[in-house]
Amino acid sequence: MTTTLTPPPVDVSRELYGARLPSWGPQAVLAAGVAGAAVSYAAGANLLQAALIAWVICMGLPLWSVAVEGRRKATDRLVTTLVSSAFVLAMFPLFSILWTVISKGSKVLSTDFFTYSMRNIVGEGGGIYHALVGTLLITGAAAVISIPIGIFAAIYLVEYAEGNRLSRWIRFLVDVMTGIPSIVAGLFAYALFVLFFGEGVRMGVGGSVALSVLMIPILVRSTEEMLKLVPNELREASYALGVPKWRTVAKVVLPTSLAGIVTGITLSIARVIGETAPLLIIVGTTDSVNFNLFDGRMASLPVFAFASQRNPGIPPEFSIDRAWGAALVLLVIVMLLNLIARLVSYFFSPKGER
Amino acid sequence: MAKSIDVSDLNIFYGDFLAVEDVTIPIAAKSVTAFIGPSGCGKSTFLRSLNRMHEVIRGARVEGKVLIDGQDLYGADMDPVNVRRMIGMVFQRPNPFPTMSIYDNVLAGQKLNSKRMKKTEADDIVERSLRSAGLWAEVKERLDRPGSGLSGGQQQRLCIARAISVEPEILLMDEPCSALDPISTSVIEDLIHELKSQYTIVIVTHNMQQAARVSDETAFFNLSGVGKPGRLIEHGRTEAIFSNPTDPATEAYIQGRFG
Repeated sequence: MTTTLTPPPVDVSRELYGARLPSWGPQAVLAAGVAGAAVSYAAGANLLQAALIAWVICMGLPLWSVAVEGRRKATDRLVTTLVSSAFVLAMFPLFSILWTVISKGSKVLSTDFFTYSMRNIVGEGGGIYHALVGTLLITGAAAVISIPIGIFAAIYLVEYAEGNRLSRWIRFLVDVMTGIPSIVAGLFAYALFVLFFGEGVRMGVGGSVALSVLMIPILVRSTEEMLKLVPNELREASYALGVPKWRTVAKVVLPTSLAGIVTGITLSIARVIGETAPLLIIVGTTDSVNFNLFDGRMASLPVFAFASQRNPGIPPEFSIDRAWGAALVLLVIVMLLNLIARLVSYFFSPKGER
Repeated sequence: MAKSIDVSDLNIFYGDFLAVEDVTIPIAAKSVTAFIGPSGCGKSTFLRSLNRMHEVIRGARVEGKVLIDGQDLYGADMDPVNVRRMIGMVFQRPNPFPTMSIYDNVLAGQKLNSKRMKKTEADDIVERSLRSAGLWAEVKERLDRPGSGLSGGQQQRLCIARAISVEPEILLMDEPCSALDPISTSVIEDLIHELKSQYTIVIVTHNMQQAARVSDETAFFNLSGVGKPGRLIEHGRTEAIFSNPTDPATEAYIQGRFG
């Protein structure tokens, strides 16, 4: 038995040509929102209230759309508006931090600020030379410790382990370690150095060890992902030429993934260079320049900023300004590292098909 | 140069799975042998077992004997790395090294093994290999450019040049033309004809006309069902296999009456 279904008649013109908002619609609503915020701000609302008013006005776009275009397009507009709002919300703290640090930190920047330490300075003047030296030395030593360990561990995981039990354990522990609180890393380094040098030990290399504990898991993970991206065909091509495995890894796999690995290294350095807590425990801080990682306290930018804000002295303004300046310098270093990572991945990635 | 291959009672496993069963086939020196058969019948697996490349895959192993000019390929004192230096391979997808120039790609076998040689000697090898691969005229002006910037057909010829620059005795080709257009294919087929005078060539192909055009001997592989191992059904002179096959399955496959 068959039933003949008559499809409901379709109005083609209605299906294809629906009413639409004018193309300037979304921009107009956004402009209205900004205008509304400006007016309310002028009328005495605070910034938060003004932003809220702008957002409420922007949410008028889906309402307008449902009236003109129908439900499907209105849903689209609603989701677009929500997603865009989330983006703006996410950007807000970023720009707020940038603005605050730049506006408060830039006024102390001067040649003296970069070339003087805080030795025998009370009140105005002085600089972050000692902290800059400490940060670069400690982070540099951390990189020297972590990079070989991280890269070799990743090579083991990808090229040699072949998914055995040990590799699954390493991978699990690395994942756990990426979430380790930095204060724990600092306590670990302190406990380790106390074993060798006794209670109350303070030395720069201890900070490097603490930072390495934070850095190695990041490096292992990023390098591992990069090595996995190398096509297996290249390894096979190399084996087929009678090249032993270790040479294949050293001369085919690593060069092919070099850009990604170097980017990972740079980003992991950027990640740990601003760590305060572990350095506070094991390195401490000082007012003088100390080039020796193995002897005594060293200053570093984050700890310097923390200490200057914590114990500003009297009058406090100068010290607080220096804290902002140190924060700004740290921020600029991190930005430069990110920039370097970009350049490296641009210049080192295999040329050709692109 | 050019050595013969003698395979007897070869079983190839992936872990516990028997992929290819009981292959016995002699392959003469300085001849072209084509392997044909439906997908998944173990042609490539068998080919890879001829230079111990299949060992690269975890859990893969073989039972049986492969003799290269009388030497046991799977003997206890055989080093797979040396085996692969002697038996070159060209893959289905062109795979030049993306970090290397055309010049370095041709010399990859030497460079990756850190073999020291004079500049003139290296230049000689590059020119000779590229000439035999029929690529010299097209790339001689841009040897320092990346190999991945070439077209697919050129890349595949570059891979052939790379394989023959280490002067192997035997050249294995795993569907070398399946990713190429007819013109590049015919260039590579001409190349196979020329290389035959120096190398023993074994080629896997899905293209029956290609097998008929380039090979002296043809071997037909088939599998009796899903999950069953592939087998060598028959082998012989290419003319004989194509004009007068003994097995009905071969005839059906060659004439295209096959599922």
